[in-house]
Amino acid sequence: MPANSFNNFTEYGIGIGLRVPHYRHILAEKPVVDWFEIISENFMVDGGRPLEVLDKIMEQYRVVQHGVAMYFGSADRLNREHLKKLKRLVKRTKTPWLSDHLCWGSVDGRYTHDLLPMPYTFAAAKATAANIREAQDFLEVPICVENVSSYAEFHASEMTEWEFLSEVVERADCGILLDVNNIYVSSQNHNFDPYAYLNNVPHDRVGQIHIAGHSKFEKYILDTHDHPVLDPVWKLYAHAVKLVGRTATLLEWDDSIPSFEEVHHEALKANQFIEKLENATA
Amino acid sequence: MKRSKRTSSSKSSKTRRLEVRSRAELKALQSLMATAVFRPLTPEEGMQPRWIDGRTTSELASTFIKPNDRLTAFDRLEIYNRVYWFRVLDCLYDDYPGLRAVLGERKFMKMITAYLAKYPSASFTLRNLGSRLEQFLRDEPRWIAPRPELALDMARFEWAQVIAFDDESKPAITPDDILDTRPDKLRLGLQPYLSLLQLNYEVDEFLVAVKKSESAVLRSEASNTFEAMPHSSGREKRPRLPKRKRIHLAVHRHDNDLYYKRLDPEGFVILTALRAGASVEEACLQGLSSTKRTGVDWNEEIKAYFNNWTALGWFCRFSKK
Ligand SMILES: [Fe+2]
Repeated sequence: MPANSFNNFTEYGIGIGLRVPHYRHILAEKPVVDWFEIISENFMVDGGRPLEVLDKIMEQYRVVQHGVAMYFGSADRLNREHLKKLKRLVKRTKTPWLSDHLCWGSVDGRYTHDLLPMPYTFAAAKATAANIREAQDFLEVPICVENVSSYAEFHASEMTEWEFLSEVVERADCGILLDVNNIYVSSQNHNFDPYAYLNNVPHDRVGQIHIAGHSKFEKYILDTHDHPVLDPVWKLYAHAVKLVGRTATLLEWDDSIPSFEEVHHEALKANQFIEKLENATA
Repeated sequence: MKRSKRTSSSKSSKTRRLEVRSRAELKALQSLMATAVFRPLTPEEGMQPRWIDGRTTSELASTFIKPNDRLTAFDRLEIYNRVYWFRVLDCLYDDYPGLRAVLGERKFMKMITAYLAKYPSASFTLRNLGSRLEQFLRDEPRWIAPRPELALDMARFEWAQVIAFDDESKPAITPDDILDTRPDKLRLGLQPYLSLLQLNYEVDEFLVAVKKSESAVLRSEASNTFEAMPHSSGREKRPRLPKRKRIHLAVHRHDNDLYYKRLDPEGFVILTALRAGASVEEACLQGLSSTKRTGVDWNEEIKAYFNNWTALGWFCRFSKK
């Protein structure tokens, strides 16, 4: 049973990101994994090994697309060529939903390859929501937008980040990919209560959750995706699951990537929280 | 209207704060921040203290970024400035091990910094980051002195490998497809992933030696951040630089594995002519008229060339473009 209209894939379970160092292991050993998240841009190519690997993975596994370069929050209109390429991939993978970030990253065709934070204003929310609607209409697949971790705040902001996220998804009528690690990182960098964030986003729009590890520096926390999930992030995850119910969850591990088993083992820890919740409600 | 009046009247506040009440104002803020992010770092790997107009960058940052209890507006902007540069430098560092070995680490880093300052990424994917490097090096050879030709050869060779890895592959033509067409009418396309290079140095052998001496470093894919500039351990010894020698290379893939194949000069001329749109007959004539070799049975030789290239799947339907 879907938990709600934006969470149609409640039973997807726990996935991990498909990463190059694991290709060989996955293709040879065919381990049991609920699903893989792929970085769309890595497969928006015209040929060669990446697409061969993707096709082989899809013979065995469910794949969900996650993008890093749509830049819904860019003041520029979405790039049509980009959308066309993305749609070609969507047709290939038949991804049940697709995610990208609530951020910007390019101006006038120059790309930062980063997920840059938004000023939280109504005008920015309106522009962003228009971009998401356009993408959703063109791609013909449900979109979830993900909150990013950030290191700066703008004077221009008129609301909190969670108010901004809510404003955008309501206007765009889209789902949320709730990254609880990003919430934690930003809460530490900007001195807000991460639980207030979780409590105040529209729970019925959460279609997916991200968990990940981060790195602590002297004056700020960096979202490095190179560690196991830290304790406060698991606690936030437990709270999130309580609020939104069983939700497709994915562990991101992108740097200093350990063995496949280690990553998968870390991801599966999420099941404890889901089971605990379901036992309690039963 | 009201807005501009208010801001122009607030002369007293030295640092006018940027607001975002329209898409245009959002664009202005993003353009400003992007300009800051794209500016090269200082030699100490920090953000430049002076802004383009002579103000301090601190003052500039304060117009749109809030400080917190630990970091100033400058500090916070600097995080993004550093992350950007670490990421793009790291990408070219990995994509160009051969060029890095030709120039040496320090010179290589200076060169790619200048390149990226002139040509920030113009593609959604880091895969294309080196797409304008050859042009840049031709325009500004001072970055690759005193070995401009060798460096340029290596840059072209390494970019060809990016193309060979994942560029388009069209349906390959089989001998049956072309059986009935006369050679003076027959035109053949070459696979988009195939690059033909005429080079002045044996960069292929050099690169194999370089890669052997370096442990392969896998690029991470989707992480939001980088913590440090790419640096080598400084321990590895660079293989001896290649000698000057004219070679012809085809950089291609087969069964999705990457290969580079030396071509005879005549074979190179024929393939290049085919790519330019010559008929098979014209291309072969060009190949023959370029040869300096004697005592070769050219009928047999050319037949062997075409058999080999067809077997490798290099030919596809010709299309004007
Ligand atoms: Fe995430």
